[in-house]
Amino acid sequence: MPGGIYECISLISERITANKDLLTELDREIGDSDHGINMARGFQAVMEKLTPEDTDIGATLKKAGMTLLSKVGGASGPLYGTAYMEAGKITAGKTELTPEDMKAVFEAAIAGIQKRGKAVEGEKTMLDAIIPASTAFSRRLYEGADMAGALDAACEAAREGVEYTKTIIATKGRASYLGERSIGHQDPGATSAMITLEAIRDYIKGK
Amino acid sequence: MVGIVIVSHSWKIAEGVCDLAREMAQGIEGLIPAGGLEDGSTGTDAQRIADAIVEADSGDGVVILADIGSAIMSAEAAIELLEDEGREINAVIADAPIVEGAVCAVVEAAGGGSVDAVLSAAEESREANKL
Repeated sequence: MPGGIYECISLISERITANKDLLTELDREIGDSDHGINMARGFQAVMEKLTPEDTDIGATLKKAGMTLLSKVGGASGPLYGTAYMEAGKITAGKTELTPEDMKAVFEAAIAGIQKRGKAVEGEKTMLDAIIPASTAFSRRLYEGADMAGALDAACEAAREGVEYTKTIIATKGRASYLGERSIGHQDPGATSAMITLEAIRDYIKGK
Repeated sequence: MVGIVIVSHSWKIAEGVCDLAREMAQGIEGLIPAGGLEDGSTGTDAQRIADAIVEADSGDGVVILADIGSAIMSAEAAIELLEDEGREINAVIADAPIVEGAVCAVVEAAGGGSVDAVLSAAEESREANKL
């Protein structure tokens, strides 16, 4: 990734905020109606903490993660917060990311989310978007694609993952109380994960 | 004395549980609420919980009681934040209801129990029948 972690997180924040109502509406259907509000509040706080002088990718991700842990309020706070912090740990001191670094970022973020949420694929969570995206990213990279090409594949896989969440029963989080009634609804967390990945891709392509 | 942190999505619940539990051990120190977000809205805040753990600890460790949903995840994240900072606090999360657990934990802590004893006291509160 060319430098510009501040600009990249700015775009993620912009997209999350633009989709606040969609995320809240999805969460109203199977959760506690706060995902969009919580995520928008969290990213607003992140943008208040960051400045364009934040160029160390690791330190910036860590700062963003600490803020999400503190300001989001719902389950997405510790989940995304830990994902950003773990990604920050492996990118400390870097101002650019190679595609290989990006692969490691995916893996660290997933490990962080799993450590915190103790979920696996197929439980109607953000992992159902992120894990297939990570796999597709690595595969396309192995096939010779560049960063942008591999991120295209990742976003396509994330979108399919979000669609897949409509077909399964939630077993984690508030939606698990609904049992079979959660079928037919797409998972809000998987949706915000897809929006995040698309923002990262668009940032890379726009450079 | 072992410290106790009460984590809730609501600051009113966290403070109320502390008020109630404090009646069992007048003058107890190290019983700290960590409820809601900084601006008073509903939710859990790992940094706020980490600060409460530091405040509750007198060197003997801390037992954390947490309510629903993200409270446990935020409490776990708080413990990791303190570990990352290099602080050595023996902080553990009780698998217990917060009201009953807090009352039992406070009694055990006030009696000089260890972290393990306070944790057990909190967790044994699950077994108490109400009817």
